[in-house]
Amino acid sequence: MDPHAHVEPLPARTPPRSATGVSGWVRANFFGGPGNTAATILFGGLLAWALPPAFNWLAGNAVWHADYAACRALDHAGACWGFVTEKWRLILFGRYPYAEQWRPLAATAIVIAALVVTAIPAFWRRWLGWLWGAALAAFFALMSGGVLGLTRVDTGLWGGLPLTVLLTLVGMGASIPIGILLALARRSELPLLRSMATLYIELVRGVPLITVLFTASFVFPLLLPQGIRLDVLTRVALGIVLFQAAYMAEVVRGGLQALPKGQYEAAGALGLSWWRTQQKVILPQALTLVIPSFVNSLLSTFMDTSLVTVVSMYDLTGALRLALGDPQWRNFFFEGYVFVALIYFTCCFAMSRYSHWLDHRLSRWTRH
Amino acid sequence: MPASDPIIHLSRVNKWFGSFHVLKDIDLDVARGERIVIAGPSGSGKSTLIRCINRLEEHQEGTIVVDGVTLTDDVKAVEKIRREVGMVFQQFNLFPHLTVVENLMLAPQWVLGLSRAEAEERAAQQLKRVHIGEQALKYPGQLSGGQQQRVAIARAMCMRPRIILFDEPTSALDPEMVKEVLDVMIELAGGGMTMLVVTHEMEFAKAVADRVVFMDEGQIVEQAPPREFFTNARHERSRAFLSKILR
Repeated sequence: MDPHAHVEPLPARTPPRSATGVSGWVRANFFGGPGNTAATILFGGLLAWALPPAFNWLAGNAVWHADYAACRALDHAGACWGFVTEKWRLILFGRYPYAEQWRPLAATAIVIAALVVTAIPAFWRRWLGWLWGAALAAFFALMSGGVLGLTRVDTGLWGGLPLTVLLTLVGMGASIPIGILLALARRSELPLLRSMATLYIELVRGVPLITVLFTASFVFPLLLPQGIRLDVLTRVALGIVLFQAAYMAEVVRGGLQALPKGQYEAAGALGLSWWRTQQKVILPQALTLVIPSFVNSLLSTFMDTSLVTVVSMYDLTGALRLALGDPQWRNFFFEGYVFVALIYFTCCFAMSRYSHWLDHRLSRWTRH
Repeated sequence: MPASDPIIHLSRVNKWFGSFHVLKDIDLDVARGERIVIAGPSGSGKSTLIRCINRLEEHQEGTIVVDGVTLTDDVKAVEKIRREVGMVFQQFNLFPHLTVVENLMLAPQWVLGLSRAEAEERAAQQLKRVHIGEQALKYPGQLSGGQQQRVAIARAMCMRPRIILFDEPTSALDPEMVKEVLDVMIELAGGGMTMLVVTHEMEFAKAVADRVVFMDEGQIVEQAPPREFFTNARHERSRAFLSKILR
């Protein structure tokens, strides 16, 4: 090549047609090679085989009203949603007095509304704390009564969705701050603090939740001094918090460890105290990094609350079992589980999508 | 040249990393407003030396006095000194989750207790000083290396320190960005700031330094004004080092 030749600057061209447009996308995503094509045919066939019967069972042949005879006649060729139509209040609210069930409904609605508000970054202001104070106060006032002319309802009668929501919320809400403190303690330079945090975390992680719940329910009251009584709901909530905190600590520690030493040094060199460094520099980065693991824990706490049935509390799944205690409808447990599964799925899917969005938004700074 | 009223005073300072003796009997006095370049082969203890001055590293023997405060385990004394001593790192160490202006406002607000408005004004001033005012709302990850290092300098300057330490500030930069950072440092030197600079940029040393401190294997081998050091180094080890870096 002639080293003195003049090189014209080339204008940018548009990409070839096969790389853009609908046909390009379909070809690339469904038929982009023999393996891909085979998978498309296989899964397409599978769906074509499974979807029509599933639809027929779920909706086409289903009985929607609480007609026992019609359900029997179906012989499981379609779903008997009549069971759900008949028992939905028992499933959603457990043993809570039937006439008062507007109260758990309102209480749950208030808390879920507070959750929705909290999910919106534009509302991340100081007043959120007050909002939560008010929401929780309203929740407990409505649920337990004894104020404003509401009749008293013992916590032992709380159940269904409100119980599941309450245990999840308290379990997550309290275990995150405790977990953060445990994680910081475990990375502390003070040997005593460090070994105590490590001991706690390892101890709790070596025990199944079900054992913790049994202990909280049956052993813990024996250890309390005379005259002090904590109701079973408080004890169980405490057990879930202390259990979950150990896992949270490890999640947070993962985030802390991912940060380079230079962040601590830069904050220290500017004269920031240890607490300020954690608050302003370390934790905001570390917690953003672990959002996916946080949500993982949130979802598992949400489902793990169903274990409280072992200590005679009736969360959503427990309440379903109560409903199935009716011999007439006992055969339609599958429909009941589908209904409950749908509630769990809706909640979990919403949380999962939200966390994905939040992760994307909060870690703007990692993308350049 | 022993200063009569040194702002930094080190006497017989020794430090070990495990069993590795990294600083050996360091004696060093720095006068107010003095600009010192610390040179030497890698692993000679240059960075460790300046990191002892704001106690990112602890020394095990000897005395370090910074602006009248003796460095000990006392957390309050350490925090007081760190308010007076700015530092610029090789890897910038900006806070990636904060915008440029938030990086600059953080310490003035939470260490000096300035109001938001005051901190913001100070930040704007310093950003202008390092010629980067228009980048205030970007995140560090959106800036070039040279720009990031200038932000780091502005961040240190927002604390109005009496002393500023530079730990190889241009070593992590692409070659075409070294000059913009050195230019900012030269401007800073003109302002009467006490500066300790660990660097391999000998042209910078010639232009700015009052004194070059040459270290090798944990010792201060030689210290002299740059002209003398570069043309007439007394020690064999200094000459060997210079012959490698001055081509």
